[in-house]
Amino acid sequence: MNSRRRLMRQLKSRIFLGLSAAATMIGLGWLALILGTLIYEGFSGIDLAIFTESTPPPGGMGGLLNAIYGSVLMSTFAVAVGTPIGIFAGTYLAEYGRDTRFAFIVRFVNDILLSAPSIVLGLFVYDAMVLTMGHFSAWAGGVALAIIVIPVVVRTTENMLLLIPNTLREAAAALGAPRSLIVRLVTWRAARAGMITGILLAVARISGETAPLLFTALNNQFWSVNPNAPMASLPVAIFQMAMSPYADWHRLAWSGALLITITVLLLSIIARLIEAQTDRGSA
Amino acid sequence: MVDIALRHDASASPATARLRRYRAQDRMFFRLTLACALLVLAVFAGVITSLTVGAWPAIKAFGLPFLWTEAWNPVTEKFGALAPIYGTVVTSLIAMFFAVPIGIGIAIFLTELCPRPLRRPIGIAVELLAGIPSIIYGIWGLFIMVPFLQQIVMPGLIYAFSGIPVLRDLFAGPPYGIGIFTAGLILAVMTLPFISAITRDVFETVPPVLKEAAYGLGATTWEVQWNVVLPYARTGVVGGVMLALGRALGETMAVTFVIGNAHRISESLLAPGTTISASIANEFTEALGDLYAPALIELGLILFFVTVIVLAAARLMLYRLERRAGGRT
Repeated sequence: MNSRRRLMRQLKSRIFLGLSAAATMIGLGWLALILGTLIYEGFSGIDLAIFTESTPPPGGMGGLLNAIYGSVLMSTFAVAVGTPIGIFAGTYLAEYGRDTRFAFIVRFVNDILLSAPSIVLGLFVYDAMVLTMGHFSAWAGGVALAIIVIPVVVRTTENMLLLIPNTLREAAAALGAPRSLIVRLVTWRAARAGMITGILLAVARISGETAPLLFTALNNQFWSVNPNAPMASLPVAIFQMAMSPYADWHRLAWSGALLITITVLLLSIIARLIEAQTDRGSA
Repeated sequence: MVDIALRHDASASPATARLRRYRAQDRMFFRLTLACALLVLAVFAGVITSLTVGAWPAIKAFGLPFLWTEAWNPVTEKFGALAPIYGTVVTSLIAMFFAVPIGIGIAIFLTELCPRPLRRPIGIAVELLAGIPSIIYGIWGLFIMVPFLQQIVMPGLIYAFSGIPVLRDLFAGPPYGIGIFTAGLILAVMTLPFISAITRDVFETVPPVLKEAAYGLGATTWEVQWNVVLPYARTGVVGGVMLALGRALGETMAVTFVIGNAHRISESLLAPGTTISASIANEFTEALGDLYAPALIELGLILFFVTVIVLAAARLMLYRLERRAGGRT
């Protein structure tokens, strides 16, 4: 009787552990499935024209050049604006604010912005910029993306700075270095790799963001370098083409999706490699 | 004397000047960082203010009943939020229904079963799911998952549940492929990595001595997980699930692709519906008239409030946990 109960318990244990292994297979399988279809559907469409021609009308020939340009331009702008702000705010939290009530509130709000729905941020920028300027523009798209960059950079900057041992700061202070120099020359330098990781992750995050661009940068069927006018971006172009009924647009959408995914995965893998390197360095 | 004094002054003044410069630099640097920290708060306040102002015409016109009115008619300018709210909540619940057990299962596998050298690669692979942009999930869902669901899964579900009273209505045909259920499934895949990553991290903080004690009493591996590890890690797991829920509620693009954008509440989960974010994404650029855009902005405001509450609860739980684990914050 007792041994039968033990057998049952062991059987139950086996079953549930088997289920957890199956859960992992589901997760991994799904990743493989997504990457597999992306490569299968997208790879055949990638040719020189993708990088040299703008989005075609339905039935025409063309590429994604204007969308790629728009994505690169707006992402660069967002990183150029968002990164310094994020680094300074993160520095405030780690170096000055620390355990104060104000720092807690900033940290809390930042963490909420980190996972807030990006479409709502898009609405905000629409209200603040598009309505006041009177037209959609790449500037507005860049600002919307910058608002997404900031919380990511704040979070990683603070985390990385907190990993720096206080003895480093104290040693520099004992040499008579003023506080701002300690931060700039000692702690920032020591935390550099981690902070770069944060920036890479932020780029990965915004390179696929669609929702905040829908009513800020809008879209543009044609080649345009004017940042004061509506501009195409890869995600929005994919959205428009995938929702259309045209097969050749679908093919372009898949190729664009493959491009974005490769970019994002490369960025996150590089970020992880840098992270792993620093882990080993500090251990 | 005068000469010495002069010389003294001359040698001292560059030093004091430099000190003064350092002090000024320090102050400026501090103010700069403080200003950027304030900017984070300003963005948050700005979002709330601008949404409230933008939504004001709709708030004034429809009042509180906006929340439980199902009508959505741009022609007569009668708007109600019930259908999008319903869609948002139900798709997120479907997502949690699938993602929570699978996510916890992955965490158990990674902390208990997985051979050590494989742990990191598998963990990273699952987390890569979180890095894939939602537009990719959208296009993948629309072209790969929808046909599969429409031709195989949905007819199967409709047939399997056709004799069971409540489920019969939840899974009623016709199988469109797109709809609430499909959106929920996509959201499940998207939120899975958040749950499994946080759960795994919390599981790893469980003191080994607790588990060893349970093993010493003769508990099986599963009993240790269920009765010792999970209760110990409860706060963290719930925090992780709430974080994932916050993501699911606000997720836009993937849902927009597969939900069908129908402003009505159907009994069947297989029917097309809409969510708050999908309504905004689909309709905002073509929202003409005095009340259409404000109504959509009010939807955004509702979404923002709900996600902020969910995310705030999640963060507070995770903070408490970090403090207990000896972290700062």
